[in-house]
This record gives sequence, structure tokens and C-alpha cells, in this order.
Amino acid sequence: MSRTNPKQNLDTRRVTQELFTLTYGAFVAQILHDYEHVDEVNKQLDKMQYKRFQRSSGYNIGVRLIDDFLARNPTVGRCNDFRETADILSKQGFKTYLGIAPSITNWSPAGDEFSLLLDGNPLTEFVELPEGPGQKLSYNQIICGAIRGALEMVQLEVECRFVQDQLKGDNTTELRVKFLKKLVDALPVGED
Amino acid sequence: MVDETLFDYLHMSIVEHYNNENESDVETASAYLSQIGYRVGYSLSERLSKDNARYRDELDTVKYLCKELWICLFKRQVDNLRTNHQGVYVIHDGRFRLLQQTLTTMNKPIDSNNRLHTLYIAYSNGLLRGILTNMGYPCRVTAEIVDFGVRFQIEVNPVVGQK
Repeated sequence: MSRTNPKQNLDTRRVTQELFTLTYGAFVAQILHDYEHVDEVNKQLDKMQYKRFQRSSGYNIGVRLIDDFLARNPTVGRCNDFRETADILSKQGFKTYLGIAPSITNWSPAGDEFSLLLDGNPLTEFVELPEGPGQKLSYNQIICGAIRGALEMVQLEVECRFVQDQLKGDNTTELRVKFLKKLVDALPVGED
Repeated sequence: MVDETLFDYLHMSIVEHYNNENESDVETASAYLSQIGYRVGYSLSERLSKDNARYRDELDTVKYLCKELWICLFKRQVDNLRTNHQGVYVIHDGRFRLLQQTLTTMNKPIDSNNRLHTLYIAYSNGLLRGILTNMGYPCRVTAEIVDFGVRFQIEVNPVVGQK
């Protein structure tokens, strides 16, 4: 190439991150758009539907992610308790894939439920929620799906939900993870 | 920083979503995926261009896409770039990253008639169109699966109605 400045200007990791966040954003925008044109009567239903799709997309990601995760972290074994699960989820799971390590707080007295505080979520880097009904959109929902999918593959059934979200004007982004039950020898149930 | 496998899995999920939504209609599903890719390419190109010098001409821009951008996006360099010097460019990537995911253990050439395989290249198709359009070269992109890889044909400034 005959450019005067042959220096490689692109930061590969940066581009990878932007490619990811932009793609997710475009996907959510497309889904929102798709459902705007559906019958007015079904509006309420649609809201639930696109939530469901996001969640199932996340679920599918999680199911695959866990294999990759275990392959990369051969030292991670079976967790002794839910606290250990929380630790690995935050310090290794989030750290490996999103590059952040959310802090773990607000344990329930029974030790079966905790919160993850997300600081600087790369997913929402370029995001602003649209006006109107779009304000109700749970943009980060995909993370819940991924956690649920990944943990289900290691025989843990959990419930995930965002209780606070900076996108919606809250002070922090808080993700609540609740232990439901241990899956015994059950084949993972596909979500369809 | 976000890990690159996350993008692969997200891409797979999106393909699955549109595959399920449009069960009998590959064209519609492809159009959605391509549209998403276009949006991403367009914004990405805008974000990248602020750090880059303006490229002299069309060929220079396509070279930049093949040499620098391709590595960032698809983690490898293209195998071949040809042009007829009249606005048509053919890029061949012999092991296209986003397509390799559909091949788990199969060690045989990708079936170009397979519906899923077609969907797996639709996003990238739009991505390239978006990037080049924002760099000043509106184009038409078609993709074709060849053995293990993909051949993208880019037609800059296509004449409307003429293929």
C-alpha cells in the first residue's frame, strides 16, 4: 500500500469489542422494530415476546460458553457451595468474557441469593433507550440468559433478573442471581 | 475487554433467531441478517475512520478492508483479492471464520445449498456493504460459498436494475 503512514492504526481488541456491542445493539433494535409493526392488540404480548427472544439468545450463548470456559480454565472444578459459584462467575466468568469483575453483595441470609454490581458494562457502551414503550426494554436481559444457560449445563438451576439498571436511570446496575435447585442427572432441557 | 468468542456465539444466536422466525423463507431471514450487518458495518466504519487517514481511492480502500480490517473482524487475512479495475472486487477467504462454527466435526466442504450455511454469511455480507458505503463507496455485495471458504463479490456503484 502506498499510504504515507504505514503504521497499523487499528487496535484489534477494541474493534472486536465494538463489533460485539454494535452487533448486539443492532439486533435489539431490529427486534424492537420487527414488533412495532405487529397488531396493536398484541403489543403487550410482543413486549413479552422480545424479552423472551433476548433471553433465549442469551441462553443459547451460555450453553456454548460454558464449554469454552471449562476448556480454558481446567483448574475450575465442582463448586462446594453457592458462594464459590458466585466467585467464579464474577472473577472468572465475567472477567474472561466481558472484561469486568462485578462485585458480589447483598447475600440473602440463607445464602441462596446474591447480587452482582456491574461497573462499566461494555454491552451498553453506545446505548440509549428509545422514548416511549422502549423505556421498558430490559437491554441487558441477554446476560441473564447466558448465566442461566451456562449454569444449567453444570447442573445448577438459577433465576436471574436485573433489579437496578443504569440505563433506566438507577444508580447502579444490579443483577440478582437466585439458586433454585440442583439438577440431578437430568439432561439439559432445550429452550424452545 | 470483550472476548472474541462472545461475538461468535452472539452471531450464532442471531442466526438461530432468524432461522427459527422465518422457517420456510431463507431470503427474508438473510435480508434481516444482512440489514443488521449493514447497520453494524456503517457505525463501525464511522468509529474507525476518525483514527485513519483518508484513503486515496477505491482500490486503496478495498485493500485497507482486506489487509487491516479483515484481521480485526475475522481474525485472519484474506487469501485472495482480485479486481477488474472497473469497480468489481472479488475477495476470497478460504476459511471464513463465521462459517467455520457451523462445521463442528465435519471434515468436508461446506454445502453451498444448505440453508443454514447461507444464513451464516448473510450478516457478513451486510457488514462489508455497510463499511464500504460509509467510506464513500456504496456497493452491492454478493457472497458465495466455495469449499471451506467464502467468495465475496463487491460491485462498487452498481447501476440500478442491472446485475
